Amino acid sequence: MDSRITEKLSILADAAKYDVSCSSSGGKRKNENKGLGNAEGMGICHSYTEDGRCVSLLKILLTNFCIYDCAYCVTRKSNDIKRTAFTVQEVVDLTINFYRRNYIEGLFLSSGIFKNSDYTMERLVRIAKKLRQEHKFNGYIHLKTIPGASEELIQEAGLYADRLSVNIELPSEQSLQQLAPEKNYTEILQPMGAISNQLILAKEEQKLFKSAPAFAPAGQSTQLIVGASAEKDYQILQLSNQLYKGYSLKRVYYSGYVPVSADNRLPIITEPPIIRENRIYQADWLMRFYGFKYNEIADEQHPDLDLEIDPKLSWALRNRHFFPVEINTADYEMILRVPGIGVKSAKKIVSARKFAPLQFDHLRQMGVVLKRAKYFITCQTKSLQRQDYDSELLRRKILFGEGSVRSALLTQQLDLFRQAG
Amino acid sequence: MYLYTYDGSFEGLLTVVFEAFERKAWPTAIEQEHQAQPLLIGETIAVTTDEQKAGRVWRGLQQRLSEEATQSLFHTYLWEHTGFEMLFFEYVRLVFVSAGNVEGNYTASCVLQVQQISKQVHREKHRMEAFVRFQKTADGLFYATVSPDFNVLPLIIRHFEKRYADQRWAIYDTKRHYGALYDLNATSLVSLEASALPPKQQGILAPDTLDEEEKRYQQLWQVYFDHVNIPERKNPKLHLRHIPKRYWKYLSEKQPRFLSN
Repeated sequence: MDSRITEKLSILADAAKYDVSCSSSGGKRKNENKGLGNAEGMGICHSYTEDGRCVSLLKILLTNFCIYDCAYCVTRKSNDIKRTAFTVQEVVDLTINFYRRNYIEGLFLSSGIFKNSDYTMERLVRIAKKLRQEHKFNGYIHLKTIPGASEELIQEAGLYADRLSVNIELPSEQSLQQLAPEKNYTEILQPMGAISNQLILAKEEQKLFKSAPAFAPAGQSTQLIVGASAEKDYQILQLSNQLYKGYSLKRVYYSGYVPVSADNRLPIITEPPIIRENRIYQADWLMRFYGFKYNEIADEQHPDLDLEIDPKLSWALRNRHFFPVEINTADYEMILRVPGIGVKSAKKIVSARKFAPLQFDHLRQMGVVLKRAKYFITCQTKSLQRQDYDSELLRRKILFGEGSVRSALLTQQLDLFRQAG
Repeated sequence: MYLYTYDGSFEGLLTVVFEAFERKAWPTAIEQEHQAQPLLIGETIAVTTDEQKAGRVWRGLQQRLSEEATQSLFHTYLWEHTGFEMLFFEYVRLVFVSAGNVEGNYTASCVLQVQQISKQVHREKHRMEAFVRFQKTADGLFYATVSPDFNVLPLIIRHFEKRYADQRWAIYDTKRHYGALYDLNATSLVSLEASALPPKQQGILAPDTLDEEEKRYQQLWQVYFDHVNIPERKNPKLHLRHIPKRYWKYLSEKQPRFLSN
């Protein structure tokens, strides 16, 4: 067995794993050339790591040589680690052979910066081009754009990639200056803006000419590191909101900072802030699928998300005047805002109530989870619970009441929190 | 009391529906011929599959239901659990006796059940699309075995045809003893005795029938799987929720390590 490839793969997969995006959905590349692969529609997770994350793509760095010295990054110049690099052909062979065996949906390629930005970016583009043109590969390709790469190269990347991403990493300019002195916001936002413009342009051209080339049909995404710097959740959500609105991003990913360095610019933590990361994802979902504005979820008065309860419940407890909601008559939008009721349940409720007035038994049969919802809804004016509890009591009932099971991890992290506070 | 028996095919089940409506004799049970126990009281009606009759029922359903709902009915057939025939019949009867569309009527228990079954079958289909692992044989065939909880092989063929248009592949269901074989032009359903598929032993092919590079890529995949993990975030509960243990048999990354890395 070729031990060199094995070693490279170990090092360069290890270095890429802190990038949390693994989405392979939203592509529109059909297999029309009797080639290899198909990337239309839904993404597929082919496996899951022991930390519970989806493995959908071959996620690797082209190299972990890097001229930058970002404090939060494993690959930073000053870190004493083994360095290596794949050749273009090695990445192509791995991708094709993994794909043919149904291990992966495609490739997620990023890189440390060696020599300079354009030199690195040019190699990433060459790999994507080779896969598309020489191997008729229609699987998913996600390319990371290298900060400072020229617009022409990014444009070319978009012709072969399904998704492009530019990682912001730190949620404010100030933190960026402190932890990644070689980077700046302008350098990050400029390519993001350029990609966003290209996406709009390509869509318009495709309306006119069906044969116009597609540009990154699955859009662009970014990642923010949570817990390596001092920003409040409120600032993070505000930034995400701007990114979704201003740069029409498909996704903002949040990565709880994993201590990879003893750099004295960084906070000393013993384990990644997993609960906080989870709450921010829940808030992100509320913005994208539940019609919440970012400042309804967190604001200057409530700058951090409640770690003990989910952000929707937290909002409901601050806004009791909207409740109880009558399941048989309320708007879909309002049913979506009931704690514990998700998009699927809300849709089922709205569909079923056209046929018969709904009772609590109907909701249970449909699989609507009532543990939290029962405090906020009525069915034909009947209620399962007294509605006159004050918010503090309600919160305690939901958290500690009968049948409330708390994950060991949550209990553990909250305990640590109490000790620290 | 009417017991209908049929040959176990989907067309057969649709023919049962046709016959029951024709006779206005509603079934108390529907069973496959080889499993049916004769009734002590009541009448047994042995239905012979008739493609025309089946076709009329199916087109009737297609006119009254969305594609999603007819698909859910087909899923109910593939679900295979005891009593699926009667559930199928109840749903179809509700469709034909109701004036409007019954699809979203989750207050009717057969509609809700069919919807829930369809979700289960769909999830199993998706899992097969995700967890199937092909091994390349010396003659260039990509071969995989499955043993899904429900009979989802017919549902996943299209997915693999689109994905692997340029390679010959086969997926064999070891529980139901049939498989799909794609030869670069079309897919045919085969049973093992009559086909060119290599013999299977729990899905492991004899080493000498494998392509010389096969082992190497399985090893590389294991290496990748181990190094993409973040030990600081270990979460066994979440891991198991995503890949329950009964699926591990398919996954090369869950097999003993070829080498320590």
